[in-house]
Amino acid sequence: MNGIIASILDGLLVGSVYGLAAMGLTLIWGVMNVINLTHGAIIVAGMFGVFLLATVLGVNAYASILPLVAASFVLGVGLYWVAVHRVIGQPPLMSLLSTFAVNLILIGLGTALWGTQLFNVTVTLPGLSLGRYTFPGTHIMAAVLAFVIAGLLYLFLHHTRLGKAVRAVANNREAAALVGIPTTWVLSLAFGLGVALACTAGALIATMFPFTVLSGSTYQVNSFVVTVLGGLGNPAGALLGGVALGLLEGLATPFMPVSWTSVIEFVLFVIVLIAFPRGLFNFRRS
Amino acid sequence: MGHFAIVRRPFFWIIVAATALFALVPLWGNNVELRESLVLAAVYVTLASNLNLMIGYTGYVNFGNIVFFGLGGYFGVYFSNAFGWPLIPAALVGAAIVSGLAYLFGLGILRLRGAYFALATIGVNEAVRAFVQNFDPWGGASGLYIPISAFGQFGGPMQALWAIYFLLVLVMGLSLVLSYAIKSSKFGLGLLAIGQNEDAAAVLGVATPRYKAMAYSISAFLPAVAGALFFFKSAFIQPVDAFDLSLSVEVIVMLMLGGQGTVTGAAIGAFLYEELRGHLLTSATFSNFQLVIAGALLLLIVLFVPGGLMGWVHRRWPRTRTVLE
Amino acid sequence: MKRRPLIAAAAMLPAIPLAVSLYASPARAADKTLTIGFTVSETGSLNVDSLAQLHGFELWRDDVNAAGGIKVGDDHYKIKFVSYDDQSQGGRVQQLYTRLIVQDHAPFLFSPYSSGLAATAAIISEQYGKIMLTEGAAESKTYELGNKYLFQMYTPADHYLTSALDVVKAKEPTGTIALVYSDDPFSKAVATAVRAQAAERGLKIVLDESYPPNQTDFSAIINKIVSSHADVLLGGGHYPDGATMARQIYDQKAPLKWITLLVAPDSPQFATLGPAAQGISTPSQWAPQVTYKPDFGPTPAAFAKAFTERFKIAPGYHAAGGYGGGLILQHAIEVAGSIDPAKVAAALDKTDATTLFGATKFSTDPKSHGLQIAHDMVLSQWQMKDGKLVKEVVWPLGAATAPAAYPLR
Repeated sequence: MNGIIASILDGLLVGSVYGLAAMGLTLIWGVMNVINLTHGAIIVAGMFGVFLLATVLGVNAYASILPLVAASFVLGVGLYWVAVHRVIGQPPLMSLLSTFAVNLILIGLGTALWGTQLFNVTVTLPGLSLGRYTFPGTHIMAAVLAFVIAGLLYLFLHHTRLGKAVRAVANNREAAALVGIPTTWVLSLAFGLGVALACTAGALIATMFPFTVLSGSTYQVNSFVVTVLGGLGNPAGALLGGVALGLLEGLATPFMPVSWTSVIEFVLFVIVLIAFPRGLFNFRRS
Repeated sequence: MGHFAIVRRPFFWIIVAATALFALVPLWGNNVELRESLVLAAVYVTLASNLNLMIGYTGYVNFGNIVFFGLGGYFGVYFSNAFGWPLIPAALVGAAIVSGLAYLFGLGILRLRGAYFALATIGVNEAVRAFVQNFDPWGGASGLYIPISAFGQFGGPMQALWAIYFLLVLVMGLSLVLSYAIKSSKFGLGLLAIGQNEDAAAVLGVATPRYKAMAYSISAFLPAVAGALFFFKSAFIQPVDAFDLSLSVEVIVMLMLGGQGTVTGAAIGAFLYEELRGHLLTSATFSNFQLVIAGALLLLIVLFVPGGLMGWVHRRWPRTRTVLE
Repeated sequence: MKRRPLIAAAAMLPAIPLAVSLYASPARAADKTLTIGFTVSETGSLNVDSLAQLHGFELWRDDVNAAGGIKVGDDHYKIKFVSYDDQSQGGRVQQLYTRLIVQDHAPFLFSPYSSGLAATAAIISEQYGKIMLTEGAAESKTYELGNKYLFQMYTPADHYLTSALDVVKAKEPTGTIALVYSDDPFSKAVATAVRAQAAERGLKIVLDESYPPNQTDFSAIINKIVSSHADVLLGGGHYPDGATMARQIYDQKAPLKWITLLVAPDSPQFATLGPAAQGISTPSQWAPQVTYKPDFGPTPAAFAKAFTERFKIAPGYHAAGGYGGGLILQHAIEVAGSIDPAKVAAALDKTDATTLFGATKFSTDPKSHGLQIAHDMVLSQWQMKDGKLVKEVVWPLGAATAPAAYPLR
């Protein structure tokens, strides 16, 4: 086991979770052309959710994901009605600002309640040791779950009626309304789903790294980069984009000072935005 | 001839009067604490009115607008420390460089529309921040310190803080005049046309790529000067403060609060927001909730009063539209 | 006949409270307040350390006031604090310190927590000629910018990891070092000194890297550490990154024999990491078990006991530094017999004392005025004792409460 290979493999593992986080963002973006700036706060909510259930109440960390998914879905639908519904048809600045406003409120409440203390979710899961290098069990589990959830999302979107309705609305909202799809309900459902994905990603991240109320912002910016790499509105692309980002980080780190990886990440981000506005992994024609 | 026509308009004199007031009020009674709070207000008004050129006129949301402020700060401090330049030339040369860079960058990223452009500006800010964090001649993540002796060029820290205050108020006044002048000019008409419907504007003969890049470049100059002045005064600059994304977004909030697209809106929104935040920060009960209140305020504006304060004023008293732009 | 003494006694009764109040009132009439101003990072990334420091200040203030206040000539001044939240950011520091001086009329100041914020505040304090005692600001650059009224309580950054290097030299003279640190002014200053001091001791550095202060995932860096085959890890930054690195090093089972991290392991909160905390050492400005004999103020043990009783957590060095800073200022004011800044500054310049926090003496060379030149660091290590994690002082040997555990786990 070579150091570089270890780095790449771990990058792939962590990257899958980045991908899961970005899936929520890209779904909402694709369906209703809204950039959800509460994304970071929702990720933090997921982190705190698993902390409360696992560390305070003693529930198994992975089992606690199910109630979190349900709760965050409801939260997402609620958020849609509060912050998004009124600004749906308006210029993009409006939804950017309304979701950002909710983000400020959520993070503000979080800091008022918990300060910037570091929280830790301890999960004992045997890791995989190959030579000198150990891959933490939590990383492996998180990556596996990320792919499972991505798979479930794909099944939902392509093989259920509701999922197809979501895709129809994403494709052309007026046409979908014309064929009788209750677009507003579908939009709120899609938003709820996007929030639930972000929350789940947060829960998985918490099993891997300690976190504070402010941790969400790093993952939010990260999700933007991944979403752009994968192509807006493309959940499968988001997963691949996350893995690609993780791969990039894993590949770059052995060869250069760690602090340079974020420079590369952002430069790549701007380049991809300009040169590949549809993302690198967009396999759809439109 | 046409360029100086604005001197005859009443609003121009309102701007001059307001700026003079800003400069003179803390001087009365040597009120240093007021001056410190007004310094921040002057900086925010500068940032908001220049941002207005992009958001209010051209319709492009520059989320990462703070990058100009930060880069201007770094160039100013660097020229002052490394070459011993006096503050004003250091600030002006730095701002010219930032403007030039903005023009070049602008040509690239202004090809993007809507949310893509907004994200790209965030990317630019974060890329610059990450780069500066690794750039040792600029202190890397540790930042640059300004020795107390550098304040000697004004006669000492006390005089320096006053001098820099007046300079910042001047920059603020220039920003307001600039955005008013542009609004009344052919260039501004072109920008507003782009803001309304870019494709139609292009068809009608507006040189959209050049106009957009120029707006982006112009909107960078005065914030860069303000950055050099502000960070020199603080005697310390580091990437995390210079390229603070949350401040960048707060400038947008200020603009929305006051009413985007209007000159007065940018000024009032920034001023009100700074006062509100300053009070929340020093009040024991509210300092924890300052973010929550800012967020709630923004949400209410976006949902119910998207035209901001000036939007409401103009609707209620239509005659103010010509006088209070 | 017999009633007269009773009546006389009864008549005397009201006189007693009157006499008492007459006796007490001169003290109350002369009860003045001395305001000390500062900002606290109540929110933002520096909040854990800044609040610990605040608790130290508060305990000192309450102890002083309970004993009647600071004695200045014939007057007694009660201490009053005025503080604001700087949000761990430099943007408003100058405004807040101007407010403290001009509006709240604070004659003395404590610095914000952290070197960067202290440097920004120093422009204001120097401009107004107010004494500022810096706490939590170990970077020495701030004192080389030409000041008259800054005084540093903490040992400067360049001595932070000296004791760790001494331990490595003693236990593994041919050991190799991975130097991985946060890219912030304080940690960078420490790292710069480590390079020179390691070379002096003949120790080789095989990995030398910094990470952005807000880094959340260290797995890639840790893989690099493992690849470098280093025996020892030195570095870290502040609490969040240090704690995360410690946890991930444990998860990834990095084969390191000694780990010294800055700041993070010193917080009692570090113990919540469980087995990941074991064996990790940290240089400390202070530890509760030190045996300094103070010239004035409580002993380290008495301070630790009072602090734990009041705040329900053992004090770390931020709190001790806060209390010690208060004591030094108090002592200087009492020696000067005045609250005039020039006189108190002169008294501070002459200070050469030991408090619960350790030795304190300030440099009077104008090129480095206020730099702390007498205070020593101790090295503490988290060790298992009767199934519980405790912090033991392992270096210097004269102050050690337990031998260093090498390899650490």
